Amino acid sequence: MGRVYIKKEVCIGCHLCELYCQLQHSRSTDLIKAFKRESMRPSPRLRVEEKEAVSFSVRCQHCDEAPCVYACLSGALTRDSKTGLVKVDEERCIGCWTCLLVCPIGAISRDTAEKKVLKCDLCQGEDVPACVANCPNEALIYVEVQDESHSTEGKVIAMIQ
Amino acid sequence: MTKAERVKYLIIGNSAGGIGAAEAIREVDRAGAIAIVSSEPYHAYSRPLISQYLVEGRPLQRMMFRPADFYKEKNIQAILGQEVTGLNIDKHNVKLDDGRSIIWEKLLLATGSSPIVPNIEGIGLKGVFTFTTRDDARAIYKFLNQYHTEVRAVVIGGGLIGISATEALVKRGVKVTIVEMKERILNTILDEEASFLVEASLNELGVEIINGHIVSRITSFLPGRATGIALDNDRPIPCEMVIVAVGVQPRTKIVSETGIRIDRGILVDHHMATSSPDVYACGDVAEAYDFIYDENRLTPIWPNAYIGGRIAGFNMAGLPTEYQGGTSMNAMKYFGLAIVSAGILTPPDDSYEVISEKHGHVYKKVVLKNGLIVGVIFSGDIEKSGIIYNLMKNRVNVDTFKQALIADDFGLISLPEEIWRPLLEHTSPVTPSLATSDKQPEKMAIGDLGLVSGR
Repeated sequence: MGRVYIKKEVCIGCHLCELYCQLQHSRSTDLIKAFKRESMRPSPRLRVEEKEAVSFSVRCQHCDEAPCVYACLSGALTRDSKTGLVKVDEERCIGCWTCLLVCPIGAISRDTAEKKVLKCDLCQGEDVPACVANCPNEALIYVEVQDESHSTEGKVIAMIQ
Repeated sequence: MTKAERVKYLIIGNSAGGIGAAEAIREVDRAGAIAIVSSEPYHAYSRPLISQYLVEGRPLQRMMFRPADFYKEKNIQAILGQEVTGLNIDKHNVKLDDGRSIIWEKLLLATGSSPIVPNIEGIGLKGVFTFTTRDDARAIYKFLNQYHTEVRAVVIGGGLIGISATEALVKRGVKVTIVEMKERILNTILDEEASFLVEASLNELGVEIINGHIVSRITSFLPGRATGIALDNDRPIPCEMVIVAVGVQPRTKIVSETGIRIDRGILVDHHMATSSPDVYACGDVAEAYDFIYDENRLTPIWPNAYIGGRIAGFNMAGLPTEYQGGTSMNAMKYFGLAIVSAGILTPPDDSYEVISEKHGHVYKKVVLKNGLIVGVIFSGDIEKSGIIYNLMKNRVNVDTFKQALIADDFGLISLPEEIWRPLLEHTSPVTPSLATSDKQPEKMAIGDLGLVSGR
């Protein structure tokens, strides 16, 4: 798993990260089809914040100690023990929104039609998340993190009596 | 007599707290024997999902809080459907229903709470239910299936459980009347404005809400069966069923003769440890630190149970970890209306400051005291409420930017850079690097969610 870092100094607030996130999570992954023909316009799993000349995008940080995972009522939010990714099992999500209330950066959004939560999955299957790959200004950086730092199961201390 | 079993960790309770502890223990100690005992005969399930059971008869498999192979995968002995009949602290021993005896090194009491059932006339009649367990939901589900005509229900208590039951019953086509003792429903977790929002949406669905009254007795014109209730003003309300949802109380009976300190719940310190060495408690049964009130309180909610269990588990496994504290916080979604709330919603005196905003379906309110957030309600537009909740939890002084908190365009960018930058740079919180060695682990350094180190 990697992590996305922001460089607000060069973010110009163009929202392309948002657009490519939508595209990546659309059914067709075709720009015209996704935005013009799919019955539900895909929702982005990140948001761009702007205030005067400052802007940056916000997405799930896949926290080491992820409050959303601990607060999840149904067990839908889990940490993947192999990749370290905080992921949501859409089958099990009941749309109770408890995770929204505990996320310190407000990175979880609602799919109100499906009554499920939406969040960044770091574009599983891609080398680099779509937001990073398509940022025209390199305001987003993707950094692979060491294997050991996220998977708690892998760093267990055997405390055998 | 059967020989006593021995485990390193014994967890009584198989819900959020117990599971949180077991998972934490396994992050630290892969080998120590763990046993979980529960009086309920089911794989750990998500209690809030009993509403879905009532609506659609959702099978256990789709209510499970963890995958089917959870106990096997974590190497946990699950002893389900067994009541604990005796607890001997000095001998580190518990006795079970079936005569078994288990000796433990560390014990976690995660026994939860049970519904308060007022001792009123007719309470034992058929058609009277509580609504906190899967078995409760199943009993109501079966009861409703007997009827082919409209069923009328009286829900006693307009708290979270009562309203959840109401929502499920309405979806089953039941005509519901709620009787709330106080002046408005959800009065402990919402302010007046938000309570009325919920009341209005319930009324629209044909639910009658009677505030400011109590049910004085359950009446019966058929042998053994509830056929109505009478209010304290003698007004009769005919119904086929009654749901008792006046609150829950910690299940502390197990410790009543052990000398373990109890107030309203089992008192625990910042390590979730009880007054007795090697015994921990968490969840609904525990009275743990509340960071808003700066004292120990009951906060019988699922997320606090899980996090409390997680802290207890780390400490039980020898990794000193502190509980940052929890407070009452809830996310509600009744009939499409999304509301989140936490902390103090109705200021008790004028030393508090309230800032609020209301337009259309959007309602936002933040309660402050001395520049610190002590309460929050967001309705409609709830996505950024977590930012506020965490400012409140981390005791951040928001005085210089408080007006921004309720603005439509509120976001991390509304905060001073020294607050938002660390949140987006993975600089905090940091998990400990528990190198694989035989060295005793250092204190855990986790900042943000209930875990704080080295205070």
